Amino acid sequence: MKIMKDIRELKVSALRNGTVIDHIPAKCLFKVISILGLDKIDNHLTFGTNLESKKLGTKAIIKISDKFFQDDEINKIALVAPDAKLNIIKEFEVVEKKVVVVPDYITGIAKCFNPKCITNAEKVTTKFTVISKKNVTLKCHYCEKITDQEHMEII
Amino acid sequence: MKNKSLVSINDFTKENHLRIIELAAEFEKKPVQDLLSGKVIATLFFEPSTRTRLSFESAVNKLGGRIIGFTDASSSSVSKGESLKDTIKTVMNYSDLIIMRHPIEGSARYASEVSNVPIINAGDGANQHPTQTLLDLYSIYKTQGTLDGLSIFLVGDLKYGRTVHSLLMAMSQFNTTFHFVSPVELKIPDEYKIHLDSLGLKYFEHTDFTANIHEADIVYMTRVQRERFSDPIEYEKVKNTYVLRNYMLSETKPGMKILHPLPRVNEINDDVDENTKAYYFTQALNGVFTRQAIITSILGIK
Ligand SMILES: [Zn+2]
Repeated sequence: MKIMKDIRELKVSALRNGTVIDHIPAKCLFKVISILGLDKIDNHLTFGTNLESKKLGTKAIIKISDKFFQDDEINKIALVAPDAKLNIIKEFEVVEKKVVVVPDYITGIAKCFNPKCITNAEKVTTKFTVISKKNVTLKCHYCEKITDQEHMEII
Repeated sequence: MKNKSLVSINDFTKENHLRIIELAAEFEKKPVQDLLSGKVIATLFFEPSTRTRLSFESAVNKLGGRIIGFTDASSSSVSKGESLKDTIKTVMNYSDLIIMRHPIEGSARYASEVSNVPIINAGDGANQHPTQTLLDLYSIYKTQGTLDGLSIFLVGDLKYGRTVHSLLMAMSQFNTTFHFVSPVELKIPDEYKIHLDSLGLKYFEHTDFTANIHEADIVYMTRVQRERFSDPIEYEKVKNTYVLRNYMLSETKPGMKILHPLPRVNEINDDVDENTKAYYFTQALNGVFTRQAIITSILGIK
């Protein structure tokens, strides 16, 4: 693999080892932090938000020291930050780039659109099968109703 | 199927469906047997449904089982605000099997995840009512001698009709040709047509009830309810259009049968009842045998 070094990544603060998550929609920064549980870890964490982005308008960026994500862990943010890109940093060098992929199943994160669903009536963690990844469409494991992107609400 | 909950018609495979039909036929020959002695079956009806509850209780009683439970939420701890989880966690200690009906969609699936005894879903809101579908399959099999290659007319409310959707999903495993007869406002949702397309099955949509009815092996009637229409004038326009009357049956196949999940309102005229093609009351009786088959196979007795 070609090792790439991106000078712009170093602007906020240099990261020796860890992960940079870029191209997060600015309004979803804190959702991403919460989905990944970054508010509960002791690692060094820096983030910038309301940065200019040609694609997203405004974007946010997170840098986490000494943290490397498993694919199924990072893919959880696909619902809120589908365009997110990850740079894996080792000794100040970008050693790997990753994009997020919408997973086949989603636990928690999204709310079922059906007001009559058990997940909206009792303390039940939502579970969905992803039936379309392009325009993300979820089928509730409990009420079997469809929640499409337009009606999707992140918990 | 032993210890497996029956929550959704999609939980059972084609083989499972055929097995239930086979067992139901056995119970029809010998409905009174001492198979459930020593077993306690809970019937938890969080909303009343007398017809369904009596059918289940009849099925259990004929097999010598005992029943505990409640017939509506107001007579239970639920009225004191107990969660579904707590009710199930309690009742599972007293019973070998829980049959539940609940107005909230997905409640039976959730109950099956917190319970250590199997759950039979007797209706969860507008979502699923799988024992109704299995008794429909048994009725179709019994009257037609097969489930394969039949022509089924689904009539009435095809948009919200839970029984229609489940029957469609189950029958789509058997090379069925579907005819959908409904007012425009209550058309079959696209997701079901996409499903049939993916299987390469033929279907036709009609707004005129009698079109092609001579092709039908089964006419499955449902209620068209006033509250489904946003515009009351639209309801007034169609309310008498999807009513089956005896004279309409003259050109139909001799072995054709009319099914209805009951209760009916006016969608089948009384003059149809005496026609040998009317099958809806026998269909209700088939429900008892089908439920005997489901209960005993889930308990691992059959
Ligand atoms: Zn749901």
